[in-house]
Parts: sequence; C-alpha cells; structure tokens
Amino acid sequence: MNLTLKIWRQKDANDKGQMVDYNVTDISEHMSFLEMMDVLNEQLINTGDEPVAFDHDCREGICGMCSMYINGEAHGPDRNVTTCQLHMRMFKDGDTITIEPFRATAFPVIKDLVVDRTSFERIQQAGGFISVNTSGNTQDGNAIPIPKKDADDAMDAATCIGCGACVASCKNSSAMLFVGAKVSQYALLPQGRVEATERVQNMVAQMDLEGFGNCTNTGACEIECPKGISLENIARMNTEFMKASLKG
Amino acid sequence: MSGLLKSSIGRKFAMAISAFFLMFFLLQHFVINLTSIFPDHGVTFNNLSHFMGTNPLIQYGMQPVLIFGVVFHFVMGFVLEIKNRSARQVSYAQNNGAANSTWMSRNMIWSGLAILAFIVLHFIDFWFPELNTKFIQGDWSGLHNGELRYFHELQEKFHNPARVGAYIGAFAFLAMHLLHGFNSAFQSMGANNKYTKGLKTFGKLYAIIIPVGFMIIALVHHFNHSH
Repeated sequence: MNLTLKIWRQKDANDKGQMVDYNVTDISEHMSFLEMMDVLNEQLINTGDEPVAFDHDCREGICGMCSMYINGEAHGPDRNVTTCQLHMRMFKDGDTITIEPFRATAFPVIKDLVVDRTSFERIQQAGGFISVNTSGNTQDGNAIPIPKKDADDAMDAATCIGCGACVASCKNSSAMLFVGAKVSQYALLPQGRVEATERVQNMVAQMDLEGFGNCTNTGACEIECPKGISLENIARMNTEFMKASLKG
Repeated sequence: MSGLLKSSIGRKFAMAISAFFLMFFLLQHFVINLTSIFPDHGVTFNNLSHFMGTNPLIQYGMQPVLIFGVVFHFVMGFVLEIKNRSARQVSYAQNNGAANSTWMSRNMIWSGLAILAFIVLHFIDFWFPELNTKFIQGDWSGLHNGELRYFHELQEKFHNPARVGAYIGAFAFLAMHLLHGFNSAFQSMGANNKYTKGLKTFGKLYAIIIPVGFMIIALVHHFNHSH
C-alpha cells in the first residue's frame, strides 16, 4: 500500500517543531507500524535526509518504549497493543496517517517523536518498591497465603509497562492510571502493605510535582492502555490516598 | 485539610463531595417542584416553599452550606480546568477523543459553564427577590394579597417562552453534566467494585429523569398559564 505520513519533526528540545509530509510506497500490510517507519527512515537516509527519531526497544509489546500518537490515538487505532504490535493491516492504501509524539508538559519532546518520560521513573523512585530484608532470614513469599482475587488484581496492575499512553490520551495529561497501577500492585499484597501509607503519599506528591493534570474520569486512559489497565486501580489509589491522609 | 486540598486526589475528593451534596439538593428541589403540578392549585407547593423559605434550620443552616457547595464546586472546577490545561501546553495536530471517551466527559467545563449561566438567571428570577423580601424588607409572612405567593410567582415566571426555552436548554446541559458527573463522583471517591454496574445504571437514570422532570414541570406551567 502507498501512504502519506504527516510526522512531527523537531530538531531538539528547544526547536519549535512542525508537521512534515512524507510518502511511502509498497508497504506490506503484514509489517508492524515500526517496520513501516524503518522503511521511511531507510528512504530518508538514502536521500541524505535526517531519519525520524522514535523510541523503540523490544518490539514485542512488553518494554513500554514505543510511544507514538497515531491518527489521534496513543499507539494508534488498534486496542490493547503498543505501536510495535500495531500492524499496517489496520490501514488501507491511500491513507494519510498523522504521527505525533506523546504530548504532555511532563513529557517534553527530546527529538521528533522521542519524549522524555523520566518523570515516570521519578514517581517510581518516590515509592514504587518494597523494602526487603535480604539478610538471609527473608520469608518465602509463597508461604504467605494471598486470596486468589487479590493476587490476580495485583498481577493485572503489575502488567503496566509505563509507556505513558494513559498520559498521552488523557485530555488532562493525568498520570493517575500509571500511578494507580503502581500503587495497586503493592497495596493488594501483604509485602506491599508495610509501606502502603508512605508509598501512596510520596508517589502522588511526586506525580503532582511533575506537572501531570488531574483525573476527570473520562476513561480514555483505560481504553488506550496497551495492557488494559483498569480504572479500578485509580479508584483504589484514591481510597489508599485518603486512608493515608487520615492517618496523617 | 488545606494540604489535602493541594493534592490532586484531595481535590478530586472535594469535587466529588460537593457534587454529591449538589445532587442531593437537586433531588430535594425536584421533589418540591413536582408538587407544583399536583392538582391542588399549588397548596402543597406553597406550604413546602413557605417551610423551606422560613425554617431557621434551612435558612441559616442548610442555605449557607448550599451556597458554599455551589461556589466551591464552580471555583474548584475552574482551578482544575486551568491546571489541567497547563499539563499539555502543545496540543495534538489530530486528536480523536471520541474514540475513547464520551463527549460529556470531555466537556464538563462547558456544560458546567452553561449551568452556571442558568444559576445566575435563576438567582435573578427567584433567589435575589426572596433575599430582598425577607432580609431587606423583613417580610417573612410569605403572603401576597392574603395568600402564599410562591405558586403564583412560579406561574408568572414560566409565562415567558424565552425563559422556558432557556430553562429547558440549561437542563439539557445539566443532564449531560450529570451523565458523566454522577458516576465520576463515585469513581473519585474510590467506589469501583461489584456495585459499579448497578450504580452506573442508577446514575444514568438520575441524570435523565431529574432534568427531564424539571423540563416537564416548566412546560406544564407554561402551557397551563397560556390557556
């Protein structure tokens, strides 16, 4: 198929940036979206132009690195997939595809489609962990009985790959689905309860400090999340946060 | 508490609590208005209005709380909107919001502004004259020409078709605001559990029945008065 691509080009963080049109030809419907981008970049390199910078790593949908906003949606029009798992069969010959970086004040553009998502790392560092005594007396986690539903919900929350699609899709650039998932994966398990109060307070404080917006429950994040992280996690974080605030 | 209101989640909670209060008030207002179309020539409506308008607990206890709730909900709504807009300073060239969320959920600020405009009209129509009569003129009798005046005042207001049109338009916006707001408030309070599905259905019914009910009451008075 032949396609017209409208791609955001920005030299560096200080550049104003603009949308630039490109044409690609003979794209197979079996290609992934990133492979189509590879074809474009080879074309650009062959003509002596600067290739389009974009984030990618595993190309298996598990690393959370790819991050494009395609035709007005994070990771494009397919559901429960990252951009690397989006296939060109979702498009048709003659289509014009708009490709932009994830937009949020807390995700500044570094170059072209690459954004700086270290704000997520700082939120994680603020409390997204458990402190484990590794002296040799550590209790075997498998010896602690955990209700099946709690274990399942914690696992579902832990599948968040921190790609930032929730922030990119949210009209308020809110990071609450990400933080909700990270808070939930620990809050639901006995090992995480020990530091639950400080965790939710510190992570929410860091989230606010980074300049993410406030959740207004539009639900866009849940729909666009490549891992199908549920809004239930935001509700759980809200409850955890208010409980922590009452404790002081 | 002030620290809590500076946090994003604390503000969500505060918005939800004020929303619950306003939704409860709306239900109470609706029930009283509904009595105005009872076939008793406004006797029940007059008595209830007089009670609400003169009972000290309502006037000095509930009314200030209500005013605070209304002002708080609007001010916090604007504060959050400004903060949320600053969280994305460069807009998308193409954004397909309809693919993942409802129009109502994305436009709460606009439906809210329409409701605010209506509340101003409503205050000019009813509340400011009430304050004038009771607190400035000192007339707490509720009487006009020897009869309780509330039902007559209501009928007079709905005589003008432009006002009835504005009233119906505002309640359409209120329905849209509630269609998202009702369940959003529960989600903000952390309620996302086995009751959520039932709650969503109840929320949709509330969001449609109450505003449509208000519209019907306005239309009944308009057409009864015109004939």
